[in-house]
Amino acid sequence: MNQNKLISYSYIFTFFMMTISGFGQMPIFKRYYMADIPGLEWLAKYYITHYLHYLFAIMFLSLISYISMEYFLTKREKLIITTSGYVGSLLLSTLSLTGILLVIRNFSGHLFSSSFIVYLDLIHLGAVILILMTGLFCMVFNKKWLEKP
Amino acid sequence: MSKEISRRTFLKGGIASACTLAISGTPAAAEKKPDIQLLTLIDISKCIGCEACVDACREVNAEKFPDPKKPFPKMFPKRVPVADWSDKQNISDRLTPYNWLFIQNASVEIDGEEIDLTIPRRCMHCVNPPCVKLCPFGSARQLENGISIIKSDICLGGSKCKAVCPWHIPERQTGVGIYLDILPSLAGNGVMYKCDRCYNKIAKGELPACIEECPENVQTIGPRDEIIKQAQNLAKETKGYIYGEKENGGTNTIYISPVPFDKLNNAIEKGNGKPHLKPVKDTMENANNLAAAMFIAPFAGVAAAAGKYYQIVKTGEKNDEGGPSNESE
Repeated sequence: MNQNKLISYSYIFTFFMMTISGFGQMPIFKRYYMADIPGLEWLAKYYITHYLHYLFAIMFLSLISYISMEYFLTKREKLIITTSGYVGSLLLSTLSLTGILLVIRNFSGHLFSSSFIVYLDLIHLGAVILILMTGLFCMVFNKKWLEKP
Repeated sequence: MSKEISRRTFLKGGIASACTLAISGTPAAAEKKPDIQLLTLIDISKCIGCEACVDACREVNAEKFPDPKKPFPKMFPKRVPVADWSDKQNISDRLTPYNWLFIQNASVEIDGEEIDLTIPRRCMHCVNPPCVKLCPFGSARQLENGISIIKSDICLGGSKCKAVCPWHIPERQTGVGIYLDILPSLAGNGVMYKCDRCYNKIAKGELPACIEECPENVQTIGPRDEIIKQAQNLAKETKGYIYGEKENGGTNTIYISPVPFDKLNNAIEKGNGKPHLKPVKDTMENANNLAAAMFIAPFAGVAAAAGKYYQIVKTGEKNDEGGPSNESE
């Protein structure tokens, strides 16, 4: 497997796990029987999904930093970012930024106002839903994030 | 410990809290404010179990209690449990949405003599409360004075706060709250309720109802640092035991008991709405340790890409150096 494919598969797996563990922060998997499926009981265990979300967030941040920097250093002149690419990047940046702020919120102490935290939660959830919809759109209509000039 | 001292030290914190509460309404996001956490010391040996605190709590907070609309919306799927306490509002021997404080009884032996101890139990108001930090909708929140509250107007009643609380304190009432206006059958299930430390009274510089009405001065409230010192001194003087100082990374409720807490924990009735007194590890610690790695992750990604670029440049330079000699050949 070449390096680009490895990065792509790692990104897809990481994003999938982040999405699953992220939705697991809401009390839905037990209610809707998903956690009843053998092997998926962990979906209803909040601390486990919380740790997994953090673990995959570490991988996700490493990967998107790597991909962005690699593009900037080695591919910038050969490939241009398309409109879909800009939309996707903006959404991923929003997701990452709100996620990082929520991680900071989880430390002891009172850093953010409570209304700001509600907005953070909603924007974080909204961003992941829009990323999934954008991904589906790009897949169906074969829209690439990068293309040759 | 006189009531006057406790009142004075409390008012210092109370006024500061009132100011910070007023500020908290502003949308400004990340403004760091001074942490003046209020801690309550509960001296179990003084409690006579008269339930004056329980009655006062119910009376003062009655306006915050749920007023569910019946019949409740049909829940989907059917397994979703309906929690209805509206017909059992008088229950006072456990935590319910209508009873945020109750008295737990324990028969223990001290110096060969069997005695009955009574323990006021309610939310511990953790320093870093998992109910607040892990609520997916920001419905549970921590005030600048360390009090954690659940905003009944935006709580969906998913009960995650109860699941992640080491003492499983919050209790649900179905048929109330914002979920009725969204997708009542498919998402949400009411509102979660628990002790809010009479935060609105504290914001006005008053004492929580349970402290105000206690005839035995069982509880002392004040700035965290001061009350911790008092608790440690009291424990030393009375050869007592402390619970809450380190539990779940520290809570803003500290109990002092004349008997070890493992004995007390064995002696109390535990179960739904009846919290334990076991040692509790910091539930937020593991995730917050992982968070440190999260801040390093982007640098690792950038470094890996830079390393790859360096290899490409180096290979290119080698080829460039080799180029002319090949041509000369």
